[in-house]
Amino acid sequence: MDNLLKVAPSPHVHSGDSVAKNMVRVIVALLPAYAVALYSFGVGALVVSLTAMASCVLFEYLIQRFLLKGKCTINNYSALLTGLLLSFNLPSNLPWWIVVIGSAVAIGIGKMCFGGLGNNPFNPALVGRVFLLFSFPVQMTTWPRPLGWASSYLDAETMATPLSLIKGGKLNELPDVLNMFLANTPGSLGEISALALLVGGIYLLATKVITWHIPVSILLTVAAFSAILYGIDPTVYPLPHVYLLSGGMMLGAIFMATDYVTSPMTHRGMLIYGFFIGIITMIIRVWGVYPEGMSFAILIMNAFTPIINKYVKPKRFGRVTKK
Amino acid sequence: MRTFKIGGIHPNDAKLSAGVAIEVMPLPLQVSIPVAQHIGAPATVVVAKGDKVKAGTLIAQATGFVSANVHSSVSGTVAKIDNEPDASGNRRQVVVIDVEGDEWEENVDLKGDFKRTFNLSSEEIIAKIKDAGIVGMGGATFPTHVKLMPPPGKVAEVLIINAVECEPYLTSDHALMLEHADEVLIGVQLLMRAAKVNRAMIGIENNKKDAIKLLQEKASKLIGIEICPLRMKYPQGSEKQLIDALIGRQVPSGALPIEVGAIVQNVGTAYAVYETIVKNKPLVERIVTVTGQSLAQPKNVLVRIGTPMSALIAFAGGMPENTGKVIAGGPMMGRAVVNVDAPIQKGSSGILLMPEALSERVEMDNCIRCGKCVSVCCMGLQPYLLMNLVEKKMWQEAEQEAVYDCLECGSCSFTCPAHRPLLDYIRYGKSTVMRIMRERSAKK
Repeated sequence: MDNLLKVAPSPHVHSGDSVAKNMVRVIVALLPAYAVALYSFGVGALVVSLTAMASCVLFEYLIQRFLLKGKCTINNYSALLTGLLLSFNLPSNLPWWIVVIGSAVAIGIGKMCFGGLGNNPFNPALVGRVFLLFSFPVQMTTWPRPLGWASSYLDAETMATPLSLIKGGKLNELPDVLNMFLANTPGSLGEISALALLVGGIYLLATKVITWHIPVSILLTVAAFSAILYGIDPTVYPLPHVYLLSGGMMLGAIFMATDYVTSPMTHRGMLIYGFFIGIITMIIRVWGVYPEGMSFAILIMNAFTPIINKYVKPKRFGRVTKK
Repeated sequence: MRTFKIGGIHPNDAKLSAGVAIEVMPLPLQVSIPVAQHIGAPATVVVAKGDKVKAGTLIAQATGFVSANVHSSVSGTVAKIDNEPDASGNRRQVVVIDVEGDEWEENVDLKGDFKRTFNLSSEEIIAKIKDAGIVGMGGATFPTHVKLMPPPGKVAEVLIINAVECEPYLTSDHALMLEHADEVLIGVQLLMRAAKVNRAMIGIENNKKDAIKLLQEKASKLIGIEICPLRMKYPQGSEKQLIDALIGRQVPSGALPIEVGAIVQNVGTAYAVYETIVKNKPLVERIVTVTGQSLAQPKNVLVRIGTPMSALIAFAGGMPENTGKVIAGGPMMGRAVVNVDAPIQKGSSGILLMPEALSERVEMDNCIRCGKCVSVCCMGLQPYLLMNLVEKKMWQEAEQEAVYDCLECGSCSFTCPAHRPLLDYIRYGKSTVMRIMRERSAKK
């Protein structure tokens, strides 16, 4: 025996999973929706998304290097993912400098000032988005019409989203189901195709990055809520599928609300969290000032996540004995 | 197919030595037999330096109720009685015997005609098991006779035989079932009689289809023995998880299986019981898996207790160049070995040689609160929270979070994407909290 043996407590094997692998899987899951965004919004989508990704990575690098003076963390791809998700929540005709400001807020205030990945109480991409929504309300709420790859960037033709049509009482102008499902509606860059987002969601479920609990509980809650509204007055409220397929519903339910760091740990906690996201979203959509409430609902429930974690514990083995 | 309900993981089972026939290890020149190979009080040495012993001679007598006899595994002369470093490097009392020939005690009938019927009472069987020093062969090494005598007021309903072997790499139980199915089943019948139950369930994971089929064929002629295939999931071989999987009852926190009417014995233990009753042979040898990705010949070896691990590794083709870690047991719950010359014991199920590249841990990241540790914990605990509490030495909170329930199965550390050493902290917290609880109850 020439070489010394290593000693460590068990277990001596590891699943091989890593933070970076999970981040990459989420990025891969976003690719179908990204492709749809590029196809629908053209160069604007490309400029906004690349700006967001590049500036998020850069800000994380700079903050980690010069302010926190810690290990470089950009190689776990979480900043890249934050950038991509942020851009998915922005209109594709947003000027690039606003995107840079949003990225700075997302990474700087949303994430790094709490100590980096894992310590942030709120979803960084949504922090960035909501900051921009309050700071640049006009630019953040004019959505370009998806005219295909040839669409222009800043001077794109704009159009009302399905949710603002509902808000304005113009139910008869709503696009049909197929268009909403396949991406032929205006909206933020990454949210327009429910189909592409669902494909990504199935990939995330298959690779066990997420569990079904959060998306399903959000979508079921929204479906039930809107079905009740429709039952009350079909002339004012649209069919449930309109609420499910419009705005940031799919993007929020599958990708934003399932963010590991800011969602509850236990499956029961996730169901509760999803239920309230659905309720708050619908309250804002129906009675609020804004046509869309998904971002607010997720951020509000992010704030409740620690409380859910404290009170909703997993079921312990041997607590209930069947004789 | 059945399995336990809460948590669990699916590690690569890497059964390199599956289906490899059991080989008999040649006798070593010297054996070193520890007197504490079981849970409970160490046995008291009853031989002296220079004494001649035979294989099967009692060399250390059980002290107290929870303790077990220790017998010589070879014939020869007692060279010394000393404290020697065990696999973890702690000095423990051992009896060192120089091997001379291979002579067995007169009452041991090595040929032992195959027998199916016995007219022994429960008490007689338990007494023989006690004399033979049989302990749980799965690794926990709890004295078997103690398990077979339920405390007053408790009644056993079912005998559960643990043939799960959920640890990756290990195949000793699998090999035993394939080659000694009849003996195992007779051992099970003897254990049923000892425990006064008329129902036995043998739980086998589905990666051992040949063993399931063979035992099903043989058990179909026997009354009361049920072969139960189980869906693969680690840690199914844990007593509490196995009971849950087989009879759907959860042993309450801090209680023993008898609380839900079950007695659990390892399949290797059943075989040892057969050998004792039929051949009068005390527990002096066992099957050990020697395995590893770089090892020349991963195999299952019948080896005498007290044989140095290093001799066993040499028998399997020698220690590969790239070995970084030697593990006594499986990769999930086994212990990293400090001293490879330490002896094989009654509870040694395997020796695993890990290549250098897989022996080092990866640097940990921040917890990303993914909750994977929570969903894999088979006891329904929250490993991430326990680690935080232990880091801050918040013992009271750790007790409230039931850190003492942890089985130390390692599923949390295995799963953590951030490579956080959850179990290291939980183990530390568990031992501290349990010490605090003991001190508190001592004061009362």
